[in-house]
Amino acid sequence: MTDRASPVPSAAALKRAAELRVHRTAFIVMTVILVVAPAVVYPVFMMKVMCFALFACAFNLLIGFGGLLSFGHAMFLGSAGYASAHAAKVWGLTPELAILFGTGCAALLSLGAGLLAIRRQGIYFAMITLALAQMVYFFSLQAPFTGGEDGIQGVPRGKLFGLIGLDNQLVMYAFVLAIFLAGFGLIYRAIHSPFGQVLKAIRENEARAISLGYDTDRYKLLAFVLSGTLAGLAGSTKALVFQLASLTDVHWSMSGEVVLMTLLGGMGTVFGPIVGAAVIITMQNYLAQLGAWVTVVQGVIFVVCVMAFRRGLIGELGHWLKKPL
Amino acid sequence: MTEIFGIPTQALFGQLLIGLINGSFYALLSLGLAVIFGLLNIINFSHGAQYMMGAFVAYLMLNKLGIGYWWALLIAPLVVGATGVLIERLLLSKLYKLDHLYGLLLTFGLALIIQGLFRNEYGSSGQPYQIPAQLQGGQNLGFMFLPNYRAWIIVASAVVCLGTWYVIERTKLGSYLRAATENPQLVQAFGINVPRMITLTYGFGVALAALAGVMAAPVYQVSPQMGADLIIVVFAVVVIGGMGSILGSIVTGFGLGLIEGLTKVFYPEASSTVIFIIMAIVLLVRPAGLFGAQK
Repeated sequence: MTDRASPVPSAAALKRAAELRVHRTAFIVMTVILVVAPAVVYPVFMMKVMCFALFACAFNLLIGFGGLLSFGHAMFLGSAGYASAHAAKVWGLTPELAILFGTGCAALLSLGAGLLAIRRQGIYFAMITLALAQMVYFFSLQAPFTGGEDGIQGVPRGKLFGLIGLDNQLVMYAFVLAIFLAGFGLIYRAIHSPFGQVLKAIRENEARAISLGYDTDRYKLLAFVLSGTLAGLAGSTKALVFQLASLTDVHWSMSGEVVLMTLLGGMGTVFGPIVGAAVIITMQNYLAQLGAWVTVVQGVIFVVCVMAFRRGLIGELGHWLKKPL
Repeated sequence: MTEIFGIPTQALFGQLLIGLINGSFYALLSLGLAVIFGLLNIINFSHGAQYMMGAFVAYLMLNKLGIGYWWALLIAPLVVGATGVLIERLLLSKLYKLDHLYGLLLTFGLALIIQGLFRNEYGSSGQPYQIPAQLQGGQNLGFMFLPNYRAWIIVASAVVCLGTWYVIERTKLGSYLRAATENPQLVQAFGINVPRMITLTYGFGVALAALAGVMAAPVYQVSPQMGADLIIVVFAVVVIGGMGSILGSIVTGFGLGLIEGLTKVFYPEASSTVIFIIMAIVLLVRPAGLFGAQK
């Protein structure tokens, strides 16, 4: 209360300042890696990593900070992908408008799904989101504009603002990097805002948050919509990167994958989901020829993480360094 | 040909029968989920994989050992139930003190492992399983043809469901179980071995899934993916019924199967989504589910 008057900053403020320093360093390291990466690694691969990293960060906002396990996040990734692919290919919109449209569709979908899902908690929440996502999957399978089993293929990347052609991989890379950093920044800002603090309070003890006068349902809904919208941003971008929107992105196994990425990287950490996404995508890339073994390996990672490794990679690292990452 | 609402009765009753068959499996599976949830407080995500294992055990017994359907009906649930006991002892029992979501994540991981292993071994395509000789053929009921095996599924699953309900609601063993669901510490203090009861309950729930798998083997094809999509529908059934009541999950299972069958007749486009739409409506009107206790 007397922060302004006292000459010595409070312990909490010092802790926050230290946290900010650590995060700033980690953020700079990450940005440098992402800027340099296309010189070393195939750019399309890195763009895939960034799309999934954004997807996992959006998912982490909900589970890591709101304590809500959504098992249907693929519906936002996939439907936004379809919407932006349709907008770019059939309506001929420029890429930024197509992405905006896809993200908007995901926002509306997450509003509807969120209104239903937050009526129950815990495992019911997980089951409801999973069931809603399955409904979206069947809808995508049957709807006339999604192309059924084929998906929407040959989506044009178009010209950014009608000026800059995105067919060059490096230009596209810069565009995706900008989207990723913007999305990440928004999530970081949300987590550390008063809204994020209330969300954490709800995660720890919902009854108490209610007794303090917070309308917890509204906070949970807002978190759900924010998470779904950003997942949609990732999906829209991904559709333009691969010039494809397909059923894979709406299938329940995709919902499971994003849970895995976040769990492996560390739920509730800032940078964990990014590392988790990078590891899982790399693994899929190298094990692709092994077929169904990929599923087995993913299952084993799930079991190992849950049994022995609940903080995840970055969570463990942060614990070891005694710094919140 | 007779018609009801412009639909030939043959087609109508045929779809109703299919709906009732699907409903039998929904009821058996959601019953197992409800029993497990009651005592362990976790949702068993590997339920679909264990249902598939039941079907595969029956298939392998027939093709490798020459052991037929009736023995499979007994042995497959025992075998799969035993793996369930192992899973509970080695893995799940370590997680009870944590957030229940970890149990969900663990069983999801197990489902991926089991389904992946079976897909490696047997590919994605389905394997046929013969209907046992005693149940081949069918009855002509006048308004429709009823294959014997389908009648058997409906009767058998209704008997198993009601038997489970009877054991839980009307016997001494069941009263221990219900008491342990309410307050495990107190029941343990009375000298009842609650951890063992939890282990056996998980084993029993898994065995129910395997039993459903054996019964499904001749109707659907035996394939590694057979449980994966089914279990999501069963989750929706569980949300609609609420897991508070055993009888509720049985009624909801059969009822939703019938509604799905009717949808196939009158509006086939919605047949794969109708259960999810009902779930959304139930969540709006009665968030705790039709038979769930409102908290």
